[in-house]
Amino acid sequence: MTFLGIPGAPRGVGHLRGDEPFPDAAREALKNTQLRDNLRNATTTIRAKRAAVVAELPDWMELRAAGAAIKDDVLANLERYVLELEANVTRRGGVVHWARDANEANAIAVNLVLETGAREVVKVKSIATQEIGLNDALEAVGIGAIETDLAELIVQLGHDWPSHILAPAIHRNRSEIRDIFLREMPDVDPELTNDPPALAEAARRHLRKKFLSATVAISGANFAIAETGTLAIVESEGNGRMCLTLPRTLITVMGIEKLLARWRDLEVFLQLLPRSATGERMNPYTSMWTGAVEGQEFHLILLDNGRTATLADPHGRAALRCIRCSACLNVCPVYERVGGHAYGSVYPGPIGAVLSPQLTGIDDNASLPFASTLCGACLEVCPVAIDIPSMLVHLRGRAVEYRQQQSRLPSGESVVMSSLGAAMSSPRRWNVALRLLSLSRRVVANRTLVKFLPGDVSRWTKVRDLPSIPRESFRARWRHQTQAKP
Amino acid sequence: MRVGLFITCLVDGVFPDVGDAMVQLLRRLDVDVDVPLQQTCCGQMHINSGYGSLALPLIKNQVRSFDGYDVVVAPSASCVGSVRHQYEQIARARGDERLVDEVLALAKRTYELSEFLVDVLGVTDVGAYFPHRVAYHPTCHSLRALHTADRSVRLLAAVEGIDLVALSLAESCCGFGGTFALKNSDVSGAMLGDKVECVVQSGAGFVTAADSSCLMHIGGGLTRVGASARTIHLAEVLASTR
Repeated sequence: MTFLGIPGAPRGVGHLRGDEPFPDAAREALKNTQLRDNLRNATTTIRAKRAAVVAELPDWMELRAAGAAIKDDVLANLERYVLELEANVTRRGGVVHWARDANEANAIAVNLVLETGAREVVKVKSIATQEIGLNDALEAVGIGAIETDLAELIVQLGHDWPSHILAPAIHRNRSEIRDIFLREMPDVDPELTNDPPALAEAARRHLRKKFLSATVAISGANFAIAETGTLAIVESEGNGRMCLTLPRTLITVMGIEKLLARWRDLEVFLQLLPRSATGERMNPYTSMWTGAVEGQEFHLILLDNGRTATLADPHGRAALRCIRCSACLNVCPVYERVGGHAYGSVYPGPIGAVLSPQLTGIDDNASLPFASTLCGACLEVCPVAIDIPSMLVHLRGRAVEYRQQQSRLPSGESVVMSSLGAAMSSPRRWNVALRLLSLSRRVVANRTLVKFLPGDVSRWTKVRDLPSIPRESFRARWRHQTQAKP
Repeated sequence: MRVGLFITCLVDGVFPDVGDAMVQLLRRLDVDVDVPLQQTCCGQMHINSGYGSLALPLIKNQVRSFDGYDVVVAPSASCVGSVRHQYEQIARARGDERLVDEVLALAKRTYELSEFLVDVLGVTDVGAYFPHRVAYHPTCHSLRALHTADRSVRLLAAVEGIDLVALSLAESCCGFGGTFALKNSDVSGAMLGDKVECVVQSGAGFVTAADSSCLMHIGGGLTRVGASARTIHLAEVLASTR
């Protein structure tokens, strides 16, 4: 594998890191009880839908294994497939651009739009463009970007950030959405109710004008097929279809890991993705295009932004199998309590906790691998069988290593871990440690004295009582028992 | 069949009654059980906290401790999960082929209590008597790492006098997660709050599980809010008799 250990593979920049460590951001998010209610309602509904449509496929586990194997082949031969894609897109009249990181991708996209003279672009399927912060880059040169996916429109009008990969406005309920529309849509009916069809109709009227006037569209991609040069987008609303077909210029920004080698691979993913993502047997709209159609210009921007660097880690690279279905977010007990913003990256939840630190380098997202109880729910639902819990443990190791390299002085945690490790690696020392523990029983039982114990104890006792410490360890009891026998 | 009790560091130091219950229960079922005192801790805490290299001597000690035992049984799904799923990865990462073979052999004969009873001994009715209202919390490692939660339920259902009540959102993690409880204590507390509420709503007098660690966390939450329900390890329920 030629990519292994590529020196200086570019690090991911853009919206992949937060301003504060996860525990601090999560503490803030937990205070928002409205957010927790919205998240609980939404994730509970989607979890049940997913479980029902997955259960009806007898070959789900085989499909999942096939999905994982297809993606692993892509990752192992990425260089070959990505060149094949380029050749086929070019052959069909498209123009392929290569972007090492977010800044390069933004520069390419901005220049392409400027060349058309358009002052406004319509956008769809834009998580990759959220990753690179394209809307801000366009705005900086006076170009307005209109999100056309309903949820992304809500996020954009709310001057907000996506909090979920698939349902970016999952943190908003319908009353909040009505308020955003009333405030931000110029021609909206002032009597707008919070009835979902009424909200959808308001968005439809707002967007229809944009579709008809836009000359440039910017999209993401769910899949790109190397052997044909075909790109594919799956969606629910049909707004993507309008973006892809109406404007004269189409610019697609795609992470290089979205590749599939063969046309026939798509069959596996068109089953895995909708069932895992929206809990539907099939998504309402699947759009595919190969190169440029007559009268249209097509540009494909291939984005690295930390993906090659991720590929270099044999224990972490499977994170690039991800097809952005969000099933792991919907089952994650941590995500359900805090929502997506606490992760600080456009990729939140369990997959974000393994992907973001790899895209940026562990130093920028060192707290994310610890944002999990390792409960395993994410692995269970992942349609491409990414072993997120094991990957989190692996990345925790890298985070600890990084911290040790940064500081000559060991952290408090590493002192505790080393001391415990030393005590536990010898039965004799462990026995002494257990005796000391028994001696601490009066302190532990005393709520006033407990307050003077080190910081970790107070983090425990904030919401829970300490267990009572027994007079004797089990091994001491066992020793008495066996010695008492003749 | 010579059975070694893998007591786990937490039970050894904090919940010795669970260890007593394990011995009592296994002896009642005519199992030749012994406790090798060479054992200390399986190393899971070090592994899951990112200190895999510190776990290495603990893994080697675990292998040595249970050398010569046909079967190893533990009152913890998560510690068994570590032996079964993590040891091999650590040994391979070290490139120590001999250790790889040793940990694979250990993993193959290490069992969580309920799978040992149901799958190895072939018993579901262990002759227990526990006339109380009990809610069972399937711990994440019972449910998703070892897939043994169904065995625990079958064992509990066969206990005489027990009133086994359903726990709503039972499969949701309690929020313990080892050092997660400290590093992300706020999120952990929020998850615990929801679990405690479900236990209270169930009307159970006891909540039981296969892991003392999760029970320590849930129990600490129950007493903190003044709930009357108490935690009890699966082994203690199964060891109870008339």
